[in-house]
Amino acid sequence: MPNMRNTKNEMPSQAPDVRNKNFDEVALGYTETMALDEAARCLNCKNSPCVTGCPVNINIPAFIKKTAEGDYEGAYGVIAESSSLPAVCGRVCPQETQCESKCVRGIKGEPVGIGRLERFVADRHRKNGSVAAERPTPNGHKVAVVGSGPAGLTCAGALGKLGYDVTVFEALHTPGGVLVYGIPEFRLPKAIVAEEIDQMKELGVVFETNTVVGRTLSVDDLFDDGYEAVFIGTGAGLPRFMGIPGENLNGVFSANEFLTRINLMKAYKGDGDTPVMHPRRVAVVGGGNVAMDAARCAKRLGAEEVYIVYRRSENELPARAEEVEHAKEEGIIFRLLSNPVEILESENMFVGGIKCVRMELGEPDASGRRRPVAVEGSEFVIDVDAVIMAIGTSPNPLIKSTTEGLDTERWGGIITNDEGLTTRTAVWAGGDAVTGAATVILAMGAGKTAAESIDRYIKERG
Amino acid sequence: MFKIIEKKELNPTVTFMKVSAPRVAAKAQAGQFVILRVDENGERIPLTVAGYDRDRGTVDIIFQIVGATTEKLNALAEGDNIHDFVGPLGRPTEIEGLSKVAVVGGGVGCAIALPVARALKDAGCEVHSVVGFRNRDLVILEEEFRDVSAKMKIMTDDGSYGEKGLVTDALRSLIESGEQYDRVIAIGPLVMMKFVCRLTEEFGIPTVVSMNPIMIDGTGMCGGCRLTVDGKMKFACVDGPDFDGHKVDFDEAMKRSSVYKDFEKHAREETCRLLKGGNANA
Repeated sequence: MPNMRNTKNEMPSQAPDVRNKNFDEVALGYTETMALDEAARCLNCKNSPCVTGCPVNINIPAFIKKTAEGDYEGAYGVIAESSSLPAVCGRVCPQETQCESKCVRGIKGEPVGIGRLERFVADRHRKNGSVAAERPTPNGHKVAVVGSGPAGLTCAGALGKLGYDVTVFEALHTPGGVLVYGIPEFRLPKAIVAEEIDQMKELGVVFETNTVVGRTLSVDDLFDDGYEAVFIGTGAGLPRFMGIPGENLNGVFSANEFLTRINLMKAYKGDGDTPVMHPRRVAVVGGGNVAMDAARCAKRLGAEEVYIVYRRSENELPARAEEVEHAKEEGIIFRLLSNPVEILESENMFVGGIKCVRMELGEPDASGRRRPVAVEGSEFVIDVDAVIMAIGTSPNPLIKSTTEGLDTERWGGIITNDEGLTTRTAVWAGGDAVTGAATVILAMGAGKTAAESIDRYIKERG
Repeated sequence: MFKIIEKKELNPTVTFMKVSAPRVAAKAQAGQFVILRVDENGERIPLTVAGYDRDRGTVDIIFQIVGATTEKLNALAEGDNIHDFVGPLGRPTEIEGLSKVAVVGGGVGCAIALPVARALKDAGCEVHSVVGFRNRDLVILEEEFRDVSAKMKIMTDDGSYGEKGLVTDALRSLIESGEQYDRVIAIGPLVMMKFVCRLTEEFGIPTVVSMNPIMIDGTGMCGGCRLTVDGKMKFACVDGPDFDGHKVDFDEAMKRSSVYKDFEKHAREETCRLLKGGNANA
């Protein structure tokens, strides 16, 4: 008999006023008892609507069934068939809009905690030091993957499992892309990303860091080196700014810069040589997950007051509800329906405040959301000494500008067909480089689709 | 890991290193830069390529010891490894189609100016070099500059070597003596580049400067290196590092270069730093 309780097992977490002073993981993970109890809530629906909500189509009822039976390695095996990064997805996927949004249990109560169970299974697998993945028989075909974020890792992992000789080229000194430079330690411990990457190395995937494709090597160089196909998963790394006065003042950072200093450059541990500003009062502009991450990092660095400044209302916040909730619990102050118009200078080019205007919601715009309209004469100033811009990123033009025949949209996204094939022969692309800033799991889905297409292409060529 | 093939002291605060980095060497051009990290916890610092040997697969760097990272780097010996070394980054300096150029270098900026001067000469351009230092002990790369220059002026602040005065004094006298330059390329401390640009604007000579602001990744990701050029926001790492000097907002760039001043453990006095050509991030 399934467990018919209408609520999920709650995720044990660090208390808000404790965790907002450290960088340790916020969510602590289910115990075995909780996992067994939660897994028993799954009805094992025949048509498995949850699977249709998963960008990489994990056989969710099957892994939950194995979990309920206590066969955690079996459950891991089911997930690993479809996902290269289970421990990552269990933490950062927006399950509430994906698998869990389709769960039948969600109709009358809360859906099954699929993400939490995925994390439990992946963590259990990590801790119990399972057998090393068996190396597939090499098929002798070389594929290059550019970028080691979620899209690149997934594509590389999928091809590696099929026996391809895969090399991943990464511009930074550590592989992982946004998983290491962007998402903070307290949401996704860096050790977990490193372990997932080590697992891929076990499969035979080679990682070449410090290699900027578009500068150190061109896509043409890769073909000259004998790679038969190239996958571009270079993400959307170029930070946007608002174009308002004062954005070049000292103390104004892109979220990318602020988070990179803290995550990749290890300011969170306090033992990196890279300096990071420890602001006293901070305004983070934007309402997405990146804005929440930046705000929560600033708080952990000791900021007394951290504001989220967002031009629409709470309903339109693009961040996951859970992240917004966490941020609020940790004392982040939300200044909604507020739009910055100028960053003010204190002295010698340092930030002294941010001038905003109040907004009200008008008619729906192209995105379907009600368009914010400035209320005349409603300017107000928030007294801050740092401003972090988290208003989005664009794809990096470095590869486009050095690769002939690779067409992009006007805004920079690489144009592909449904399989991820670009306008250039034997070049695929996926993830934020194609879609613009989106989620880890969508990038993984694109990496997986492209891997399947690359496999077909190479097999057809013989 | 990237092995240091050769190391020598150019003056007590400036060091030359030849580093094995075949992929970077294969693509590097004058005006581009690399980013390196000395060790596992190291900071990423940009250094302009001071030379390269495609056959041997080596890249030369020249750096001034101004902070913790450059001190660590300087503590490495021949045969040691640099943890990370990535490049070439940025756009190369434009050298085609120029017949006569004045190359102005200040302090350690001369290390960056030299490969540009050399590339110009190789392209058949007549190069006049004006290099400035605080004093005789700090003069670097004199022979190398002489080799590539049809005319050369060395300036020192205290007159202990060459002529006493600033690079702008020497450049002004060259221009006023009737030298007709297609372009002036100025590389050195921000304050020097600012005043070179002010001078050349007076004479209407197009001037290119090489900006070396604080940055992390060098590929356009952090936006830390942004500056204002012709009223627009530019990223030095991908849009530069070379810019039209007459359009750069130097005052803003100088202030931005000091953002982590308080954090720099071994930072010298600001004026000294600006004079000497060290960068906040170098």
